[in-house]
Amino acid sequence: MAAASMTPATIPRAIVVGAGPAGVRAAETLVAAGLRPMVIDEGMLSGGQIYRRQPANFGRPHETLYGYDAEKARSLHDAFEAIRTQVDYRPETLAWNLRENVLHVVTNGVAAALPFDALILATGATDRLLPIRGWTLPGCYSLGGSQVALKAQACSIGQRPVFLGTGPLLYLVAYQYLKAGVDVAAVLDTSPFGASIRALPDLAVRPGLLLRGLRFRRALTKAGVTVANGVVPLEIEGDGEVTGLRYHAAGGGDRRIACDAVGMGFHLRSENQLADLAGCPFLFDDATGMWRPEADGDGRSPRAGIYLAGDGARVLGADAAEVGGRLAALAALADAGMSADAALVTSLRGQMATLDRFRRGLATAFPWPATLARSVADDVILCRCEAITAGTMRETAEAKGAPEVNRAKALSRIGMGRCQGRYCGHAAAEVLAGARGSSLESVGRLRGQAPVKPLSMATVKADTL
Amino acid sequence: MAEVPVRGRFHRIAETDRPPVSITVDGAAVTAREGDSLLVAVLASGRTLRQSEFGDGSRAGFCLMGACQDCWMWQADGGRLRACTTPVRAGMDLLTRPVDETLWPLPA
Repeated sequence: MAAASMTPATIPRAIVVGAGPAGVRAAETLVAAGLRPMVIDEGMLSGGQIYRRQPANFGRPHETLYGYDAEKARSLHDAFEAIRTQVDYRPETLAWNLRENVLHVVTNGVAAALPFDALILATGATDRLLPIRGWTLPGCYSLGGSQVALKAQACSIGQRPVFLGTGPLLYLVAYQYLKAGVDVAAVLDTSPFGASIRALPDLAVRPGLLLRGLRFRRALTKAGVTVANGVVPLEIEGDGEVTGLRYHAAGGGDRRIACDAVGMGFHLRSENQLADLAGCPFLFDDATGMWRPEADGDGRSPRAGIYLAGDGARVLGADAAEVGGRLAALAALADAGMSADAALVTSLRGQMATLDRFRRGLATAFPWPATLARSVADDVILCRCEAITAGTMRETAEAKGAPEVNRAKALSRIGMGRCQGRYCGHAAAEVLAGARGSSLESVGRLRGQAPVKPLSMATVKADTL
Repeated sequence: MAEVPVRGRFHRIAETDRPPVSITVDGAAVTAREGDSLLVAVLASGRTLRQSEFGDGSRAGFCLMGACQDCWMWQADGGRLRACTTPVRAGMDLLTRPVDETLWPLPA
């Protein structure tokens, strides 16, 4: 390959952030081209969230952990093990800042500054949330968190959980709990059933996945689990902890379900703070109401040397993340003057086109319930970190005239807590836009700030960088 | 130190034959399992992880993936740990509220 004929000095210094589907495939592609990339990952083990691994002393097989995706999970885990000695792997490492082609990281309280020529950001996603009265009660978890409990720790979040929200993860997690023998109380989807019908033409480009979703739903219904569409959640009830959930059913009438846990989420949002700190411009995506860093079809950002892959760039799911990781790495190689396999690039772009159509289908089938976010009552906690209510955000808009989310953050502290707006930001923007009578786009997006996650005051500099 | 039998929030549904690990939560002995995250170690026998610093009651974590920061516990020596990303270790001495509750929120 081209790398063999290059002198070591000309081989680009590449860093991949994230060791999930996108990061692993990016690193694998760079290694195949003769590079020795650095792989920075917050996890203790590679795999990311969707193919998250259990601790070494657990014994469940891949089939139990990942179900229909066992082969994909195994393939990804094996791929990383195969390149493990050919990359500079830094697990349990937080990439917390990025300036002038230097990535700042902390591992176990020791900081380092890592210069790079090419940086592939494969930072993944977290659940997209909106507040529902009672969502800070013990017993309430994100859908992703509910899945992590099961997959990585062999635990259920309660004896009788309700799963609430929308998106493919809603049905997947509920099904996984059912399979694990947990008494699932209900699956409550805020999306109307008709939305799924409208999405069929796009979803049908991946018939296997479409069928799988239907199979999950059928298995739940067959087991006697209430599965309802078009619900309006009213309140997660409980005095000190979750004891029930009230919702308004699509057919009319309020219902109450007794439960001791709630797993909730409204599809996913990208972790894109590092792309922001890298100076990547962001675009507003009308279909999802989310901002995303600008990149071409291969993941090449307008910032030289910065590449974006996987759900951290745009939420397309794990299969697309693997394709995106490869494409981003090939783009980085091409930009460094190293030859890339043109036929492979064409094939990957073709796969991505299909996966993107499916993404559009998911956006149609599982829309973000913007109205629900905008209508959150004044006394409901919007910011979990500092227990700040939706009413405070409205007051910030109305009495203090905050024109956009960053000003509103400065005035209200919503988005300034420890999670930095990850769990309040989307709903906060809706509430602000609603109070101002303006569009979601016009209230902007929360700027990424370093450190992107809390750092200990005891963090020290490494002796040698 | 007597072990208080409490029904845990989390339920172990597999992988239950791992060696025990002893920790202390608010002065009470808690038995966890090797390979538990600190969050699971505490919630497998307890109901909460922490008191909100802002007076709105107790919390028991939320995202379990190091993003929401709603599972930080205090240690008897004054340090803090993010329970969902910290593996449990024998002898951990944890608190669900700060050692000195007058420290935060800061007085106006």
